[in-house]
Amino acid sequence: MLHKDNHKKQRNQAVKKILGSTARYLMMVLIVLLLFGIILLISGKDPIQSYKDIFTATLGSAYGFSEVIVAMTPILITALAVALPSRVGLINVGGEGQLYMGACLATWGALTFDTLPAWALLPLMILLGMIGGGLWAFIPGYLKSLGLVNETITTLLLNSVAPSIVSFFVYGFWHSPMETNKTPNFVPAARLPTLFNSRIDLSLFFAIFLLAIFWYVMRSTRWGLEMRAIGGNPQAAKRNGLPLNKYWVVVMCVGGAIAGIAGASQVSGYYGVLVAGFSRGLGYMGFLISWMSFGDPIGIFVTSFIVSIIVTGGNLLQLTSGIPYAVINILLALTLFVVLARLKIFEGKKT
Amino acid sequence: MNWLPILGVFSSAIFSGTSLLYTTLGETIHQRSGIVNLGLEGILLVSASSGFAVTVISGNPYLGVLTAMIMGGVMNMVMGFLVVTRRANQLASVLALMFFGFGLSAIIGKPYVGAKINTLPKLSIPGLSSLPLLYSSLFKFDFLIILVIPIAIFVWWLLFKTRWGLGLRAVGESADTAFASGRNPFLIRYQALFLGGMLTGLGAAHLSIAYTMRWSEYMTSGKGFIAVALVIFSKWHPLRAIVGALLFSGAVAFQLLLQSSGVQISPFLLDTIPYILTLTVLIAWGGTRKHAAPASLGRVYQGSE
Amino acid sequence: MTDSSDLHPDTFISMRGITKKFPGVIANNKINFEIYGSEIHALLGENGAGKSTLMKILYGFYQADAGQIILNGKPISIKSPHDARNFQIGMVFQEFTLIPAFNVLENIALFLPDLQPVYKQKEVGERITEVSERYGLHVDPFALVSQLSIGEQQKVEILKLLLSDAKLLILDEPTRVLAPHEVDALFEILESLRKDGYAVIFITHKLKEVLECADRITVLRGGQVAGTLPRSEASEEKLVELMFSRKLPKLQEKQKTDRKETISPLLELRDIETRGEGFEASLKGINLKIFPGEIVGVAGVSGNGQKELGDFILGMGKSIAGEKWLFGKDITNRPIGEIRRSGVGFIPENPLSMASVPFMTVLENMALTNTWRYARRGGLRMDWKAVRKDYQTTQEEFGFSFSLYTLPKSLSGGNLQRMVIVREMTHDPRLLIASYLTRGLDVLSTIAARQALLQAREDGAGILLISEDLEELFALSDRLIVLFNGEIVGTFDPSDTSVYEVGHLMTGAEVPYAA
Repeated sequence: MLHKDNHKKQRNQAVKKILGSTARYLMMVLIVLLLFGIILLISGKDPIQSYKDIFTATLGSAYGFSEVIVAMTPILITALAVALPSRVGLINVGGEGQLYMGACLATWGALTFDTLPAWALLPLMILLGMIGGGLWAFIPGYLKSLGLVNETITTLLLNSVAPSIVSFFVYGFWHSPMETNKTPNFVPAARLPTLFNSRIDLSLFFAIFLLAIFWYVMRSTRWGLEMRAIGGNPQAAKRNGLPLNKYWVVVMCVGGAIAGIAGASQVSGYYGVLVAGFSRGLGYMGFLISWMSFGDPIGIFVTSFIVSIIVTGGNLLQLTSGIPYAVINILLALTLFVVLARLKIFEGKKT
Repeated sequence: MNWLPILGVFSSAIFSGTSLLYTTLGETIHQRSGIVNLGLEGILLVSASSGFAVTVISGNPYLGVLTAMIMGGVMNMVMGFLVVTRRANQLASVLALMFFGFGLSAIIGKPYVGAKINTLPKLSIPGLSSLPLLYSSLFKFDFLIILVIPIAIFVWWLLFKTRWGLGLRAVGESADTAFASGRNPFLIRYQALFLGGMLTGLGAAHLSIAYTMRWSEYMTSGKGFIAVALVIFSKWHPLRAIVGALLFSGAVAFQLLLQSSGVQISPFLLDTIPYILTLTVLIAWGGTRKHAAPASLGRVYQGSE
Repeated sequence: MTDSSDLHPDTFISMRGITKKFPGVIANNKINFEIYGSEIHALLGENGAGKSTLMKILYGFYQADAGQIILNGKPISIKSPHDARNFQIGMVFQEFTLIPAFNVLENIALFLPDLQPVYKQKEVGERITEVSERYGLHVDPFALVSQLSIGEQQKVEILKLLLSDAKLLILDEPTRVLAPHEVDALFEILESLRKDGYAVIFITHKLKEVLECADRITVLRGGQVAGTLPRSEASEEKLVELMFSRKLPKLQEKQKTDRKETISPLLELRDIETRGEGFEASLKGINLKIFPGEIVGVAGVSGNGQKELGDFILGMGKSIAGEKWLFGKDITNRPIGEIRRSGVGFIPENPLSMASVPFMTVLENMALTNTWRYARRGGLRMDWKAVRKDYQTTQEEFGFSFSLYTLPKSLSGGNLQRMVIVREMTHDPRLLIASYLTRGLDVLSTIAARQALLQAREDGAGILLISEDLEELFALSDRLIVLFNGEIVGTFDPSDTSVYEVGHLMTGAEVPYAA
């Protein structure tokens, strides 16, 4: 009686929320398409044709679509690496560095244990990736819990340190005989198997799995409840007896571990080799995706999908019609600008 | 004792550190007003590429420097619009600006990759030119290098000896208090961004027009981040930044020196020194209750009700 | 309408018929208030009497709903602090507007209306020194504000006003954060200011100080002027009489439980000393025992340590001396989670900001203090059915009814507090701390909350009730303690004492009340 009514009310509220956010997203997409179209016009390209090309290149063919998925997987994972800490009020901009360290440690595993069979080596590499990313995130988390330094600054600084460490190893001990900036190719046992005759690899399942766990934990478990409380009102959470420091350190490490999984997947699956400087902003992209979706799992999924359409489309376009890849960066930035400038009007819930 | 290698390191540090110092000075002004501008990477690229492009087209490097300066100011105004007027999240805004800079600079600079330019003339410092050629050639600097220290002193004077500087620092500490004293925090932040943007532009100009004399994508390779770290490391003080810039940029030259003496240190590890140093310093300060960071750094000023 | 002929010839500023309403309360009700050209005028009253509001109107922070402000015979309009400063009115708030990272000189320079675009620190320093010497506001212009004591910071605030040409200085509870010798120094400063022709208004609730330094005293009570008198006519008794109305509170009938002294206390504080940060009060030499089945009331004007006492018992903040024993175990400086789990409940004064998470439903908020109790399968699931059952049962017990699925922000203050009460009472706490339980609540909610407290007492819990409402304290407490300046200055049985005596102690008076 009372409960059923409440459930219905809850459901209606949820539906309204989803409709509201979809409308918001659509509006944003439209505005961005408009602005970008203008830029295309100015640089002498036909916007309608370009959009059509992007569409056919990405969603119009099986290959194109698979490429979109390939691009989407790592940024979805890095977005989760940011979203989880954001729920307890932590700003983890360190996905980039955590990703590198995860890749680094996983590479060590691949090069050292290259005689192991795949069913042993792959899980080991993923584990190493988690450890690498987790440890890298432990430092900022611990410093924050001691009240010493803000985690935004520490994660940023460490972001710049990690690629150098990777380069150190790659150019130093690990480089392949032919090229100094990358390791030798990984043995087949160290490669994530691909699916559907495309470049999509097992990491897609990692991404979906992590997304599902994230959704479930936040929604239904005790820890999710406590985390939301800490993120929502730390003062009240503290008064209610929730251990803030413990959560901050642990959640930060878990976030780093997730980014580490992304790093390990990149070198094991996509590349099959560790190239110095292989990530040009995967971690930052994850931050922006998480931020734009307010840390909401569904939003993260949708946003990473849209972003990877843009990126993949750009890549394919570059090959076919000579539009420089750099233009894609502008498109992404424009999307962000629109979101940032309009946020007051959209009035979404803040993380 | 053979002074040459040491002087060589010193001279090399000055050459490569000048653009870092200009950028750091610009960022010091931003941060003193409470804005963390991580989009420096993108702004530097845009300024460097446009300055370079104009130099190629016009053949006049001074024009290129001027262009870079203006572009720096303009890009910062975009940032200002988002962060000050729209009160958007500072972190997301700067990252967006960074991506924007990546893209825009690549487009501007694409036609000019590999182009050669008339670079800024190198002037000799009176008094040093009488030294043997080997030495004096180390110390022929272009006007941007010569001006950088006077400009640093000017920035210091501006921040600490003028009424405007007092107000700017007040906004960075507590925008509410600054407002209570009758000032307009929004306007002051815009002013800070514009001035700082121009300085950043000068740094970018020096990088592409004078130091490397070329343009390539992502050529700033982290200088923007190093500048942010350097601002923190030098405790937001323009004069200390001079030493820090020499230190940070001298590391690479120093590494080469070490190498020639038989000591092998990976350049990559040396690259991490600026950040590790900054991190260490931050941890050390964290123990004391108040350290020197402007108190409202990174916070968005909502205005009064 | 303004007949300035009936004003005292020395009048500098006059406020006539000032009325100001906030939702639910009339803060100022047709107040007439005059300040002379050179005098020290104390504005006295309990919390909520309307003193701060009145002065904020004078300083342009608020605008009055009705009434006029007249300066030297002419009505003026003060729409902002900027206007007030133009009229040479300055105010020092309880929260200072100083920048800790700047030194004294820079803080003052920031507010100087005539600062040169390029200024010489030396010159400004000389100006500061000149004024500070004259009035005894000794402070080193080059010292960093963050390293000054609060008393010295206050001097800087006063210097700021003097150097920006203020003629009327309003000080809001200036002695709240001062040590006794600093208070004396402040009074000397005010004296010398007055001799030089400045007018000073200071807001306070402390009687002794008023009698020591004010020329005239205005007492506010319930938003209205209870009386204005020169110091010569004032005495502690007279002032207390004006501050608290003559009516005695109606004592509710409650059964007196026979408490055997041999029962061990639930909570025991031994010689507790804390150091408050910034503006928090520091507790000194606190010895307190709370037994099962009793309500211990804590009286005191806000700012004297009650909130800090409640927080400390809960586990927020560490003590620098002393011991805290709970249910027979030494739990000094143990974390809040542990303390709560052993059976301590806490009802804070501001349920929205201090006890609930705004975007989580009421149901989820309820579960927050007891997540461990309702977690199943090691935390993987939450037994929401059990949560609902428990809390609905309690709701019915108390006669509350509100939906468990709404968000806290759509609940009224009264309902929010009910929510918190339900949450804290459901698991039969053995010790309950209620901090300003009924502040800002409507009548019905107030009654419901008080009833809940009595119920808990019936069930054998020990309760610490912190309140500024003397009527409430007298009605509910079995024992009453009074806090002043972070120390317990008196312990009473409510049926043996009166509001006057307690009120006396709350204001720091030392003369024993002769009824």
